[in-house]
Amino acid sequence: MIRTALLVAGKDLRIEARSRVLLWQVVPFGVMALLLSGLALGPSHAGNSDAAPGLFYLVVVLVTLLMINRSVSIERRPGTWASVATLGLDPAGVFLGKALALAVELWLTAVVLLVGAVLFLHTTLHGTVVAIPSVVETLAALAAAGTLYGGLSAGGAASTLLPLVALPAFAPLLIAGERSFVAALHGGALWEWWVIVTVALAAYVAVGILLYGVLEES
Amino acid sequence: MEISAAPVVTLRDAVVLLNDFPLLSGVTLDVPGASLTVVTGPNGAGKTSLLMLLGGLVRLSRGTGVVAGVDLASGDLRELRRRVGWLGHEGSFYDDLSARENLVFAARALERPVDLIGPALERVGLSRRANSPARRLSAGQRRRLGLAWLLVRRPALWLLDEPYASLDDEGREFFDDLIGDVVDAGATVLVSAHDPLRAEHLRPRAVSLVGGRVAEDPS
Repeated sequence: MIRTALLVAGKDLRIEARSRVLLWQVVPFGVMALLLSGLALGPSHAGNSDAAPGLFYLVVVLVTLLMINRSVSIERRPGTWASVATLGLDPAGVFLGKALALAVELWLTAVVLLVGAVLFLHTTLHGTVVAIPSVVETLAALAAAGTLYGGLSAGGAASTLLPLVALPAFAPLLIAGERSFVAALHGGALWEWWVIVTVALAAYVAVGILLYGVLEES
Repeated sequence: MEISAAPVVTLRDAVVLLNDFPLLSGVTLDVPGASLTVVTGPNGAGKTSLLMLLGGLVRLSRGTGVVAGVDLASGDLRELRRRVGWLGHEGSFYDDLSARENLVFAARALERPVDLIGPALERVGLSRRANSPARRLSAGQRRRLGLAWLLVRRPALWLLDEPYASLDDEGREFFDDLIGDVVDAGATVLVSAHDPLRAEHLRPRAVSLVGGRVAEDPS
């Protein structure tokens, strides 16, 4: 399972490095969304507003949905799907590999988005740095949940249903991530929200390992 | 590879349904090992569906079938998939990876030696394009890359879906030569095509499908 996971993750990351969709399309979209959010808040409110972490995670969700669709679509071209299916890869390993690759892509995107949060939403540098561990873990949980729901909505018109089916699953992660970010910026109990994200991450990874093969077959 | 003429494919009244629509509506077919079978028929006859059934890529809805030793109704389709190789007419790999990277991925997935990749690329005439992204290859070169993927895999059963589409005469001849070598080495090859195979010297067995059923089977 681990061997397959590393193989699939390496392949997905190599494809991203070659295609540069993340660099030239997804990241600029995220930065623009953050910039627009900052403009919507206005310069007098941005720095003091509790809305900044929420806006950051709103942008993260949009970016995540784009990247999940991308991750699914590279596997679902008819010829590619059939050829790769005949490799008989362990579905649990495929799930872990795709989730790992998506997490790495989200982490790289988050580096830019956190800088954007400081610049456009005027979050404090210290508070933003303190929030980094919780952001890393929240994004890992989003990657696991997103890979699972990407498998569920893969193929045909179902792919446009991804936001509808995934957002309820993302909601607790987003709330916990946003609360952690607020706590990092303004002080408060950071670890309580962190525990929620950790439990959710473990749950999504476990469910993905168990059910991804069923989703693939269906 | 051990050469055996024992049936690799045995189908009896095989039905495949997609949302209650019959893709195959009662196919009975035996394919001996180390043989070449060409499945012909008009568009919508069920050629691709038959190959997908044999590759474990769609489920058998009714009837019985055994492919490469795996029961289609009750067996492990994932195990069956590992025993077959698929070449689709759409291209069979990741467009953003180079020819070599695609083959490395397939080899590592199946725990095959990476050393096989160089000779496979050489055999299909793609050595000089080994580092080109698959998306930059012509239709014929993509087909050759698909064959290199199969040469690295060396499956017992080769399923080639419309491999001659958009190939010129030289490409067809190359395909025929390679398929001949593969069959001589003991593999079983099923090819779907609109027209009968030109390469009569390979002595292919022609099976004609119409409306999801076998209309003509010389055996």
